[in-house]
Amino acid sequence: MNSFNNLKYLEAEAIHIMREVVAEFSNPAMLYSVGKDSSVMLHLLQKAFYPAPPPMPLVHVDTQWKFKEMIAFRDKRAKEVGMELIVYSNPKGNELNISPFKHGSAMHTDIMKTEALKNMLNIYKFDAVFGGARRDEEKSRSKERIYSFRDENHRWNPKNQRPELWNIFNGRHKQDESIRVFPLSNWTELDIWQYIYSENIAIPELYFAKKRKVVEYMGTKIMLDDERVPKELRDNAKEEMVRFRTLGCYPLTGAINSNASTLQEIIQEMLLSTTSERHGRVIDSDGGASMEEKKQEGYF
Amino acid sequence: MPDDSKTIEQYLQKYDSQDICRFITCGSVDDGKSTLIGRLLYDSKMLFEDQLSAIKKDSKRFGTTGDKIDLALLVDGLASEREQGITIDVAYRYFSTAKRKYIIADTPGHEQYTRNMATGASTADIAIILIDARKGVLTQTKRHSYIATLLGIKNIIVAINKMDLVGFSQEKYQKIIEQYQKEVLEHLNAQESNINTTYVPISALEGDNIVSSSQNCSWYKGRPLMVLLDTMVLTTKGTQQDTEFRFPVQYVNRPHLNFRGFCGTIASGSISVGDEVSVLPSQKHSRVKSIISNDIKDLRVKTEDEGLEVTKRAFAPMSTTITLEDEIDISRGDIIVKRNAEVEISNKFSVMLVWMSETPLSLDKNYLIKRATTLMNGNFSSIEYKKDVNTFEKLTADKLELNEIANCTIIFDREIAADSYTQNKYMGSFIVIDKHTNETLGAGMIDSCIKNRLSKRQYTQEELALNKYVRENYPEWNCIQI
Repeated sequence: MNSFNNLKYLEAEAIHIMREVVAEFSNPAMLYSVGKDSSVMLHLLQKAFYPAPPPMPLVHVDTQWKFKEMIAFRDKRAKEVGMELIVYSNPKGNELNISPFKHGSAMHTDIMKTEALKNMLNIYKFDAVFGGARRDEEKSRSKERIYSFRDENHRWNPKNQRPELWNIFNGRHKQDESIRVFPLSNWTELDIWQYIYSENIAIPELYFAKKRKVVEYMGTKIMLDDERVPKELRDNAKEEMVRFRTLGCYPLTGAINSNASTLQEIIQEMLLSTTSERHGRVIDSDGGASMEEKKQEGYF
Repeated sequence: MPDDSKTIEQYLQKYDSQDICRFITCGSVDDGKSTLIGRLLYDSKMLFEDQLSAIKKDSKRFGTTGDKIDLALLVDGLASEREQGITIDVAYRYFSTAKRKYIIADTPGHEQYTRNMATGASTADIAIILIDARKGVLTQTKRHSYIATLLGIKNIIVAINKMDLVGFSQEKYQKIIEQYQKEVLEHLNAQESNINTTYVPISALEGDNIVSSSQNCSWYKGRPLMVLLDTMVLTTKGTQQDTEFRFPVQYVNRPHLNFRGFCGTIASGSISVGDEVSVLPSQKHSRVKSIISNDIKDLRVKTEDEGLEVTKRAFAPMSTTITLEDEIDISRGDIIVKRNAEVEISNKFSVMLVWMSETPLSLDKNYLIKRATTLMNGNFSSIEYKKDVNTFEKLTADKLELNEIANCTIIFDREIAADSYTQNKYMGSFIVIDKHTNETLGAGMIDSCIKNRLSKRQYTQEELALNKYVRENYPEWNCIQI
């Protein structure tokens, strides 16, 4: 009996995409965001090229406001898998001392994420960059191809996407064009968690509930990760049992109250949950089309 | 728990046996296609509260359903479409039941978007053809059914929608079934191609016969749509006969001198350690030495052959890595098959071609062709006929334009091993790429192999002797050996 379940199918599909990119592109890289989706992608990359190390570097765009724990986890994983780790921060942002608290989430995201990513791509000239985005995450993602083309200015044009049939991908591109590749396109949030569970994949502790110091900020609950949190917020902070459903910049990532401290409990909580994943992200909430606009500008 | 599992462990176990099913929904703007998809997501409880409150808000602004939630707004994603109130591209949606995880390809139904439907259908196991109960079979119904079957979909569910607007009339329903059989199925050679057709009366808006049987049409004895999807036997998951093993080599993994792995996705069949194999088109032979496991426990880099995590057998649609006993020259694009497998090798094929570009097909132009993992040059030498997808007529043609479908002859710059599309989806399909713009221009499906008479010519004893005589006595003619 050739039994093949949903997860095995998704795994095979992702590995197929990864090998196809490595075979046809000259300078690929994996964008490592340190989150659970990135963890799954890294695991799949290892499988795809086993017993060799994945033939590309890991790239992290460091906004300088990621959770400390994420940075430690990133360095540890890169060492374990034997891949080169490239960390890039936008020097302009560092000069201006960009802070989400002072300058707001829109400006911070624009300079430290979108612009930083474009600068990084201009420096390293990667022609294919793996990202962990899924189509179930957000409306405009649902129409994005697995090979998502970017012009020389890294812009996405949703009206001019190449049709993708069967498992044949057209990777032909001009010198300055590049693609973002999404091997997890067909995975749902639940698939990701089930796969982490069945393959025993390491993810940052921040996903598990623990007593953490949090405070209400911009309608979500944020964690006091370092001293840069303004004093008035620090003064109002309380210790609560919380965990994170997504990981990003700590001032922009909402914690949820939860007692789920094991993978099974997280999955159980997810099944009963009534709020979708990106809800905890401040940057997605300005109007239904906001992600689409950001993506056209070059956001991942 | 979303189902009847008592504990999370039970749930996780059940999930482990969940398979995957991809389907496409075909209908026009007015058939309620987006409403149906919204309904499936809503009824399978795949919506979260914040998404729901967002569409409740949007329903008031853009909605067309009065006070009710406009489920169609859930699926109409891009901003430009929302304003126009239509979908313009292929979108993928996800939901699951206890039995299956579903991927829906949501494609538009207007004429100018045949390419999107072909794209969605290329990976689908099932096609749901939507018919408005008030209107019956329309031109587009024929078009959708033709494209779905052309792309190899064997399971068709004809969902007769908006039954609430015809008073759940059984007579209307029966009439549409008869009309579909006569005006569509007869022309598709449904029986010969083993197409399995099922009909269901629904109201996507009201939810009748979606998850559970509707009281409004108690005369319908069949299953509701969700149960039909859950129980349908999926025949399009590639051929599983072990003898039909096809393995397009995707990537050669050579981390050190002792390891040379051939990576790829098994297109069909299965392979075991020790099997004798042939590499096509070179026809060199070897034996399978090892197969890398898909359940590697320790993923750390291995610098020697010892301790590799291997398995005895691999099968379609796995992505795998195999090693062979002999050092033979194999590269990306080669096909590994079982020794003595019957595979056609040629550079000339009769194909069905769907044209997807505003620039028409040109017969004297050279294109890049990607078939499985082979990228090569090819040109179309002739158009045998063009198919009118609305009337199913075969028309003569000397050009092919956007969204047109034709039977053509293609000549590649090299010989390849291929199967017909109906036999093997992944060995018989290709895309056409423009050499200069790099755009994907078309999608092709191999119908049959045209033997190249010149290269396969059988020579008589006299001809062989003549050839030898010329070669020996007139070397300055540079005569080749036949």
